[in-house]
Amino acid sequence: MSVFGDVPLAPPVAVFKLSADFREDGHPQKVNLGVGAYRTDDCQPWVLPVVKKVERLIVEDAGLNHEYLPILGLPEFRSASSKVALGDGSAAIKDGRVGGVQALGGTGALRIGAEFLRRWYNGVNNTATPVYVSAPTWENHNSVFADAGFKDIRPYHYWDAAKRGLDLAGLLDDLEKAPEHSVFVLHACAHNPTGTDPTREEWKQISEIMKRRSLFVFFDSAYQGFASGDLDKDAWAIRYFVSEGFELFIAQSFSKNFGLYNERVGYLTVVARDSENLSRTLSQMEKIVRTTWSNPPSQGARIVSKTLNCPELFAEWKSNVKTMADRVLLMRDQLKAKLQALGTPGTWDHITQQIGMFSFTGLNPKQVEYMIAEKHVYLMASGRINMCGLTTSNIDYIAQSIHDAVTKKSHFFRVENKLNRSLGRCLINMVGVFSPDVLCCCATLLPQKEKTSFTDH
Amino acid sequence: MSVFCEVPQAAPVAVFKLSQDFNNDQFPNKVNLGVGAYRTDEGQPWVLPVVKKVEKIIVQDGSLNHEYLPILGLPDFRSSASKIALGEDSPAIQENRVGAVQCLGGTGALKMGAEFLSRFYNGNKNTKTPIYVSAPTWENHNAVFANAGFEDVRPYKYWDAENRGLDFAGFLEDLEVSCFLTGLNGVRLYFGHDSFSLGVNSTCSIFCLQQSCPEHSVFVLHACAHNPTGTDPTQEQWMQIAEVMMRRKLFVFFDSAYQGFASGCLDKDAWAVRYFVSVGFEMFCAQSFSKNFGLYNERVGNLTIVARDADNLKRVLSQMEKIVRTTWSNPPSQGARIVSITLNSPELFTEWKDNVKTMAGRVLMMRAQLKAKLQGLGTPGTWEHITEQIGMFSFTGLNSKQVEYMVKERHVYLMASGRINMCGLTSSNINYVAESIHEAVTRVQ
Repeated sequence: MSVFGDVPLAPPVAVFKLSADFREDGHPQKVNLGVGAYRTDDCQPWVLPVVKKVERLIVEDAGLNHEYLPILGLPEFRSASSKVALGDGSAAIKDGRVGGVQALGGTGALRIGAEFLRRWYNGVNNTATPVYVSAPTWENHNSVFADAGFKDIRPYHYWDAAKRGLDLAGLLDDLEKAPEHSVFVLHACAHNPTGTDPTREEWKQISEIMKRRSLFVFFDSAYQGFASGDLDKDAWAIRYFVSEGFELFIAQSFSKNFGLYNERVGYLTVVARDSENLSRTLSQMEKIVRTTWSNPPSQGARIVSKTLNCPELFAEWKSNVKTMADRVLLMRDQLKAKLQALGTPGTWDHITQQIGMFSFTGLNPKQVEYMIAEKHVYLMASGRINMCGLTTSNIDYIAQSIHDAVTKKSHFFRVENKLNRSLGRCLINMVGVFSPDVLCCCATLLPQKEKTSFTDH
Repeated sequence: MSVFCEVPQAAPVAVFKLSQDFNNDQFPNKVNLGVGAYRTDEGQPWVLPVVKKVEKIIVQDGSLNHEYLPILGLPDFRSSASKIALGEDSPAIQENRVGAVQCLGGTGALKMGAEFLSRFYNGNKNTKTPIYVSAPTWENHNAVFANAGFEDVRPYKYWDAENRGLDFAGFLEDLEVSCFLTGLNGVRLYFGHDSFSLGVNSTCSIFCLQQSCPEHSVFVLHACAHNPTGTDPTQEQWMQIAEVMMRRKLFVFFDSAYQGFASGCLDKDAWAVRYFVSVGFEMFCAQSFSKNFGLYNERVGNLTIVARDADNLKRVLSQMEKIVRTTWSNPPSQGARIVSITLNSPELFTEWKDNVKTMAGRVLMMRAQLKAKLQGLGTPGTWEHITEQIGMFSFTGLNSKQVEYMVKERHVYLMASGRINMCGLTSSNINYVAESIHEAVTRVQ
C-alpha cells in the first residue's frame, strides 16, 4: 500500500496538453496557435540578438561569480525593472517610494504579491478579501491567488462577446459594487486572452472608481513593449495610476519582451505612499521569498539588467522588441485581409483592433474542435490564437481553415446574455449552433467561484 | 494613510544580517565564518572550473533557445540528479518508481515537497500532521513547513551539547515513543508502541501526559553533513533509525544539500539515502546543487520522489505540476543545463568530482589545522569534534557570550549558535581565528 495511494491524478494544464497533442500530430500542415511564445516567420523560437550578445559578455566577465543574490534579487535588475515600468523620470521613484522583488517570471511576481496581500492587506491574514480577475483572464490567475490562501476569487465583467469588445459598463458596475478594499487584477496592456484593452479614457474612469472605493490595484504586465512596439505607450495605464497616487503592485514579466521564457525573469514592483511603508512591506516580502525559493536565479536577471542599464544595448533591445511587435501586427493585417478576401462570414476588424500576442477570434468551441480535428490547426478552446504562430507560409492555410470552420460548421448564431445581477455573480453564455437540420442551444452557467476564464497561458 | 501602515517590520534573516555587519566592518583582520558558501584559501568565492567550461559550451551552442522548460523541469537534469542521489544502478530507478521535480535550490525542493504533503499526505489537507525537524537544524526548515500550512512543527532530539555529539538515545526516543507521562522529577514512564503497560514510580505524584510522535509524522533528516552540527549518525545508527521509522510508518524527507561536499565522495555521502530506499521506503529527497556545484545563485535543486510503483509516482507528479504552476510556473534553465551537461558527460563528470574533492579536501585540511592550533595553544576543552564533524560547518561549542566576544572584540563573525563555516578559514587567517577562540574561551564564561 502506497502512502500516495489516495492521491488523485491531476488533469494536465490545457495549453501544455494542446502543445503535446500538436507535437504528436503527424499532419504535414499542422499549425500551433496555442502557447504564448514568439515565433519567427520560419516558425522558430527566437533568441533575441541582444540577448545572445549579453550572454557572451556575461560568460567572458571574469569578475562575476555565482554567490547568492540578495533575497530580493539583483539590485541593478530591481531598479532597472521599476524604471522600465514607471518611466525614467518617475516622480514616485525619485520620492524613494518604489521598490520591489525579483521574482520567478510573472507567475512568481503574482505569487509573492498575493502571499503578501493575504497576510498583510486589509487586516491580518484576511483570506476573505475578494480578489477580482477579469472574465476571461489568464488561466493561472485564479489558482495563484487561491493557493496564496484567498477564499473568494471572483470575475469582473470584461469581454463582451456579442460586440467583441470591452464590456465597460459591466466592468465599471463591478467596480462600483465590489466591497471596499477588494483586490483587482488588471492587465496593464495586451489583455490575455482577449487582446482588448481599455482606452485611456476608459482607464481614467476605472481609476476614478477604484480610488473612490479604495480598491487595491494589482497590475499584471507581461507584454510591455510587445503590444504596440513602444515601451512607454504600453506602460501608459500603469503610469497613469501611479500619477493618480495609488499604492499598487505590478507583476512584470520579461519572458516575452526579452524572449527569456525559461530563465524566469520577473519583478514585482511595489509603489507605496512613502519609503517607510515601502521598507516594512519589502521586509515582509523577504520572509515570503525566503520560504519559497530563498533567493532568485541570477542568469536572466543579469541579462536583463545589463541590457537595460547600457544605452546601446537598451536601444538594440527596443529594436528587437519592435521586430517582434511588428511581425505580429503584420500577421494581424494579413489575416484580416485574407478573411475579408475569402468573404468569410462575420466581421474581422477585431483581429487588427486587438493588440498583443493573442487574438480572441470569436470561434466557438465546435468551430475550434473542427479546426483542430479536421484542419490540424491547434488553438485554445476559447478561440484564442497566438498571432506569433502565423507565418507567411501558413497564413493562407489558416485563413482558409477559419473560413471553412465558420462556413462548414454551418450557419451559426450566437447570443451572449448576462445574468441579472440580482441573482449574484453569474455569467450565462448562450451559444446557439444550428445546422440546416437541427437547432440546439447550449447554456453554460458559470457560478462565482468557478474559473471564469478559458484555459490559456 | 498607507494601505501598508499596519505591516510590521520583519526581522532580517540572521545569517544575512551577519554578512551585512561583516561587510560594514572596517577592521582589517575581520573574518566571516557565517554564511555557508565555499571560499578558496584566498578567501574568495570559487566558480568551479568545470562550471566555467560548461557555461562556455552553452553560450556557443547555437541549437539552444530560451523556450519554457516543462513544468517539472529539464528532463535530463531531473534524471541525472536523481541518479546522483540514488546511484547509477539504483533498482528503484530501474523499476520506474523514481521521479523528480526540478526546483529552486534545496529550499524550493523542500517547499514543493512540503506543499504536496500538506495537501495529500496522511489524509486530505491534513495540516495537523506533525513535522519533526532536528534540534538544532537549518533555520529555514521550520518556516518552510509552517508556510506550507503545517501547524505542528516540532523538534526531535539531535545535538547533545554536553557530549558534543549525537544524542542518539534521544533521537530514537522521539521516533519511537507513542506517548509518555512526565513526572515531577522528570522521570518518564513510557507507553510501548503496542501495549499500554504502565509502571508507576512511587516518587512521582504529578504526571503530565504528553503525546509524542504519532504514526505518519514527517521527519526531516539531513542526508549527510548535518547543518549546523556537522554530526551525522553512523551507518549502524541510520539502520536503527530506519527500522523504527519503517515500523512506525513515519515519513522520510531527506534534505541533501552537501552530497560530495561532506567526505569528498558522492557515493559515501549518499549512503543513508540509498539505504533507506533499499529497505523499501517511499520518500522525498530535497537535493541542492548550490554547494557541490558552487551554483548558489542559479538555484539548482531537485526533489527526488521514490514511490511504491510507477502509477503512484505518476499521480504524485501530476499534483506536483499543479503546485509548481502556481509558484514559479516552470523552473529556470541556466543552472539545470550546467548541471545536466556536466553529469551526463563522462569527462565533465570526472572533472566535477575532482572539483568537489578539491573543496572537500580544503575543508578537511582547515579542520585538521584548527584543531591542531587550538591544541597547540592549550585552549581549554576538547576539540576533537572539529575533526570528527563533517561538511561545511562546525558546531564549536562556543556559547552566546563567547560568540558575542568573537564578533564584537575580535571581528570574527559566526552564528549565535556557535556554528562556523570552515570554508571561511584560510592559511592567512587561521592563526587569528584560533587565537580568537582561545581568547573567547579563556576570557568569557
